[in-house]
This record gives sequence, C-alpha cells and structure tokens, in this order.
Amino acid sequence: MTAIDPSPNHLQLTRGGQLRHFLTLDGLNRELLTDILDTADSFIEVGERSIKKVPLLRGRTVVNLFFESSTRTRSTFELAAKRLSADVLNLDISTSATSKGESLSDTLLNLEAMASDMFVVRHSQSGAPHFIADNVTPGVAIINAGDGRHAHPTQAMLDMLTIRQHKGSFAGLKVAIVGDILHSRVARSQIRALNELGAEEVRVIAPGTLLPRDVEDLGCTVEYDMARGMRDLDVVIMLRLQKERMEGALLPSEREFYRLYGLNQDKLALAKPDCIVMHPGPINRGVEIESAVADGPQSVILNQVTNGIAIRMAVMSMAMGGQMAERQQKQMEREGGRA
Amino acid sequence: MKAGSQDKSLKITGGTLFDGTGTESDNPGLLIKEGKIVAIGAEAISADADQNVDASGCVIAPGFIDLCCNLREPGNGQKGNIASETLAAAHGGFTTVCASPETSPVNDSSAVTHLIRDGASSRGSVRVLPVGAITRGLDGELLSDLAGLKNAGCVAVSNGSRGIKNARILRRCMAYAQTFGLTVMFSPENQALAADGYAHDGQVTTRLGLLGIPEVAETAAVMEMLLLAEETGVKLHLSQLSSGRSVEMVADARKRGVQVTADVAMHQLCFTEEALAGFDSRFHVRPPLRSEADRQALVAGVEAGVIDAIVSQHQPHDTAAKQAPLPATEPGLSSIESVLSLGLELVQSGELSRERLLAALTLGPGRIVGLSPELAPGASADLCIFHPTASWQPCEQSLVSTGKHAPLLGRPLQGKVELTLVAGRPVWVANA
Repeated sequence: MTAIDPSPNHLQLTRGGQLRHFLTLDGLNRELLTDILDTADSFIEVGERSIKKVPLLRGRTVVNLFFESSTRTRSTFELAAKRLSADVLNLDISTSATSKGESLSDTLLNLEAMASDMFVVRHSQSGAPHFIADNVTPGVAIINAGDGRHAHPTQAMLDMLTIRQHKGSFAGLKVAIVGDILHSRVARSQIRALNELGAEEVRVIAPGTLLPRDVEDLGCTVEYDMARGMRDLDVVIMLRLQKERMEGALLPSEREFYRLYGLNQDKLALAKPDCIVMHPGPINRGVEIESAVADGPQSVILNQVTNGIAIRMAVMSMAMGGQMAERQQKQMEREGGRA
Repeated sequence: MKAGSQDKSLKITGGTLFDGTGTESDNPGLLIKEGKIVAIGAEAISADADQNVDASGCVIAPGFIDLCCNLREPGNGQKGNIASETLAAAHGGFTTVCASPETSPVNDSSAVTHLIRDGASSRGSVRVLPVGAITRGLDGELLSDLAGLKNAGCVAVSNGSRGIKNARILRRCMAYAQTFGLTVMFSPENQALAADGYAHDGQVTTRLGLLGIPEVAETAAVMEMLLLAEETGVKLHLSQLSSGRSVEMVADARKRGVQVTADVAMHQLCFTEEALAGFDSRFHVRPPLRSEADRQALVAGVEAGVIDAIVSQHQPHDTAAKQAPLPATEPGLSSIESVLSLGLELVQSGELSRERLLAALTLGPGRIVGLSPELAPGASADLCIFHPTASWQPCEQSLVSTGKHAPLLGRPLQGKVELTLVAGRPVWVANA
C-alpha cells in the first residue's frame, strides 16, 4: 500500500521536466545531469574574465541559510550567486532566531516575507531541504547545500564535472569512494551521479562500521581491502574522516584507519597510472591522505573547488529558469481558463 | 441510520452478524434493552422496540477494543484530551480503549488512575481502561506501586514506549507484577541498539541517510523478554511488534508454554519503510515501519492467530510536533479513526480474512484485558455497525481527533462506521 508519491521529482521538477528546486540527484536522468554539466562548462569562462559577472539573476535575492557551519560551500555559493548578479544575504543561523527557539517553519515565513527568490540550505537533518521545498511559497527555489547524511548534490555534480574534464566521459570508468560512507551525504550523491552518467563500476572501500546497511542497493560494490580496491581504478575519491567518529566503537584509532584506508603513494601506485585523486575537502593530511598525494600530480582537489562555483551557477540559474517557466505556464492556464 | 438513547429499546434488523466467536451469519434480529442485548433471533424480530435500525448491507460486530491508545490527558491538552480522543475512538468503531500511561504526570499512582477514570466517566464517549506505569515516571528504574495501581482499576502495567534500564530490572518488574497477577505489556526495544534511530535500518535509511533502528533492536529484546517471562511466570503481552522474526519467536515460545500474547499496530500491517521515502513525517512511528517481508509476516501472524490483537497505537499530535524536518518530528500517527478501513483494504486484497480482522479487533484484545466481547443475550450492548464498502475520505475536517496527521489523508477509504453503541447508548452515529 503506497501512501504517498515517494519520488523526489514531484517536488523538484516542473511538469515540463525542468529543475525548480535542486534537492537530490535521485530521479534526475542522464540528460538533465549532462545539461547541468554543460551549463557549468559554459560558466567556467566567466571566472576567467576581468569582470566576473553575467546578469542572469539580476534583481533576484538569494539567501544562504546555513544551519550548519561551512566556509567553503557557503563561499562558493555566495560567489556563484554574485557572479549571476543576484543580491545575496548570508544568514548565520547559529546566532539567529532558530537558536532562540523559533521553529524552522516560522523562520521561513519571516524570510519569505522579505521577498526572497532562492534559499540555499545546509542543515544537519536529512530531509530538511525537502521539508522547506514542501512548505515554501510557490516561486521560491530551494537549493540543497548538504542535508544530514542524505545528499550533497552540488558537491557530487562538481565532482562529476572534474571527472569529465580529466577523463572525457564516464563510459568504462572505474571509480572508488574511500572512507566514511556511513555518514557521508557526498558519497550517496556521488554514487547516484556516477551510475546515472554511465560509469562502469563504483566501489566503496571502508571498514564494516563505516558502511550503511545494504549499501550495494545504492549501486556499488563493497571492498574492505584497500589494496584490492585500488586495482584498475580511474578515479579515487577520498572522504573526510570526522574525528568524532573515533567514539562509539566505530574505529579504534586514526592511526589504524590511516594504515588501512589512508591514501599514500604506495597504494595509489596500485591504481591505473593516470588515476586522478579527489577529495571534497577539507582534507585531513595524515588521516585520510598523505601530503605527497594531496599535493601530487594526480591530485585534482583544487580543480574541484574551482568547478564548485561553475556548478552552483549552473544549478541556480537553471532552478530559477524552471520557476519562471512554471509561473508562465500557470499564468497561461489562468488566462486560458478566463477565456 | 438513526438510533435512540440508552433508555429506549432498540431493534437491529438486516445485515451480517459477527457474533464475536469468530463466525459471521445473517443477522437474525437483535434486541437491546437497558444497555444489554436481551434477544437474538425470532424473539427479537417479533418484539416491539422504541427504535428500529435497518442494518442492511452492514456488518454488526462487538465494539472494537484497543489495547494501545494515547488520550493525552492529563497533561497534554494541546494534542488531545479524553473527550476528543474517545469520540474519535467511537468514530473508529471502538467501544473500549486502554489508556497509555504516557501522560503528564505519568500514570504511576492510583491518584492519576482515578483522575483518568473520573475524566472518562464524565467526558468520555467510550469505556476507558487505564494501563499503569510499571516504573515510576516511566524511568525504567524504580517500581511503581503496582498493587495500588491494580486496586485503582489498571487492567495491566507497561512502560509505554520507553525502555527498562537493564535486564535485571526487567526481571524484577515481571516478578513483582506476577505477584499480583498483573499482565505486563512491553514494547520490545533494545535501547542501546536502537540508539538515536528513528526509521527502519534498511534500504530507505541507506538511501536517504536517516538514522536507522535495526530489526535486531526488537528481536533481541523479544528474546530477552520471552526468556524472563518463562522464568518468572508472568503474563507477558508484547506490544506493537514490527518484525517477522518476532512473530516466529512468539509462536515458538507459546509452544513451550510461555504465557505470551502479542499485538501489532494496524499501520505496521499496511505500510512499509517506503512510506518515509518522501520524508513524510506522518509515517515517523516507533517502532519504525519495516520491510515488505516484515509486513507480510505480520499480516500472516494475525491470520494464523499468533498475533492476538490489532491496535491503533493512536498518538494525536499538535501541528508543531509534525511540522519540521523528519528527524526533528515526534513519532506517532493519528490512527484510531481509520483502523477499520485500513484493515478492510487488507481483506479486499485477500491478505487477511474479515473474520480474523474482526477477531483481532474484538475477541483477541478482549481476552488480554479480561473482557468477553460477544453478541449474545445478557452481554452489554457494546457494538459497532459498519458498512464494509461505503467510502469516506479522511481529511482534517472529517477527523474527530485533535491529531490531524492521519495516514492516507485525502485518499478515499472503504469501510465506514455507521453506528457505535456503548451499553446501548449511541456514541457515534454517522451523518447525525
């Protein structure tokens, strides 16, 4: 017995299949993902101009709603919005009304009353951007900047853009994601994107305590041994290990984790010679990756950061375009009804 | 359909009679006087009555008995109260509800038990049987005055949805309750394994990054409780099972002679973890909705009689409790008004027979709290008349409960309660 439409698309796509929110990669097809990558590609050049602006969001107000701290993601969203000529408001929620007991719904109502056009949301609870998208006034776009353990779709898409730049396409690629899969919203989105874009194999490499139940159902294979897992790899994506994970018997020590799952030059040598090394940052040198690898010739970690701005410009402009298209469609329907 | 007051005699003709013993037959006529059933059959048909009810097309059954209902009174008036939630129960065809001890203050003393009983007799629509808290404040550590609770009218003791601190205290709870012949009702959950989870640890939690409660959090606790019940000899009732393996363990324990009964919430029979796939907070319940295999095993457990009762696990909430991102919402749904309709969907799909559905809503729970719900001369006229195919649509306006977070809100359901009588008094009349 199905109670509800469990697909995310009833929320994030217009009837014409355009983005109007960007909450998760679940349900988005290869064509749309490729469209996002192509649009981002076209924005990379904007960052290379002396005047780094295009007028796509001129007159629009974008609110960065970060309920969880983040410097890098928030900065790239802010830069992306400003390069699209939007007015940007950054709200430090840790010192705002929410921490004084105001409910999320009430916080939203107040922000909507300021005539915002887009909320970029980061939240520690999985599903918070869905909740906001479900309750926000029509016409306001919601972009997920990372929710709980659920999804970080713009991070995954900037990773895909980086992979495509270096590998040309996804066909035949073998990609491994290493480390704390259990708590990683990035890994969930990456696995989804890689499968949809046609990668040959997605492996997750981690100890059993850092893997979600039945993780294979996401579309990946599991490898506990890093040496075996590195074989034939085209791409290795290291995840950040949060130090608090040492508690609660998830791991015995950072030292043992680094010995078994940390990426050093010896382990990297087991992969294909042109294997690229990625990391969503911030990196812990000597915990998940050694400096010689992080700064080495196969590392594309800084490319990822640069691509983050272009992907976020693409997603923001496409979601705003979807909202406008939907508004026009409704307007036409109303006028048709009156006629 | 119209019905009169308790003082007037009432004759019910037509329809199908579910007599409470597990079988259905054409209604040969049923006469009610002074709150009791006085005749069935030719004598009833030929009698003159002040009121006549034509139940053609309907099923006449003993009033449903709910072993787990949260009335929210005393202490949580913003979520519901005895008046609103017992009227909701009547709307659902229930004539008796067991009131959860999870009130504020907790029902761990005879004073609170009396408060609930007094409220029920002055403002309640249906019979209310209080369930006492087995530990003080439901803290899982210190025993409540169980003898006092029993004397005040508690029909059983439980720790609500909270856990007992450790197996040693659990063993003592059982041994002490056994002293007074009190049934203990426990929702089996190993707290350490459940930790901070709020959804079934399975495909959906993996996909959505939700914190999971593994199935073993229930089955490990079921095994522990069965072994301790076997040792202490207490009458154990396992409340709101959610896993197929729990059903197997209950069946095995019974074969060994353990005095154990069990119930399942109707939503566990109808929905799975997939209901959370859209982050729908209405389906945030505890124990969590589990896999399709678990759901099917639970339905089979009801059909086979291993699970004795179906409960509503009704938990009305105010809007704020559910209007938040899923992990921040409170568990529980407003369910008592749709239990019958959901059950009839299982009947329609061929998964459950109507006789077993009705038995699990009447006879099964009745036995556990010492009632004999049946339609026979001399029995109290607690009954429910429902039309099995008439449709209605749960929406915020149509729900009587203060809690409006019902499953399938806005979707037409089949199976409409037309008339509910408690001791011959109409407490719910459809379209009245």
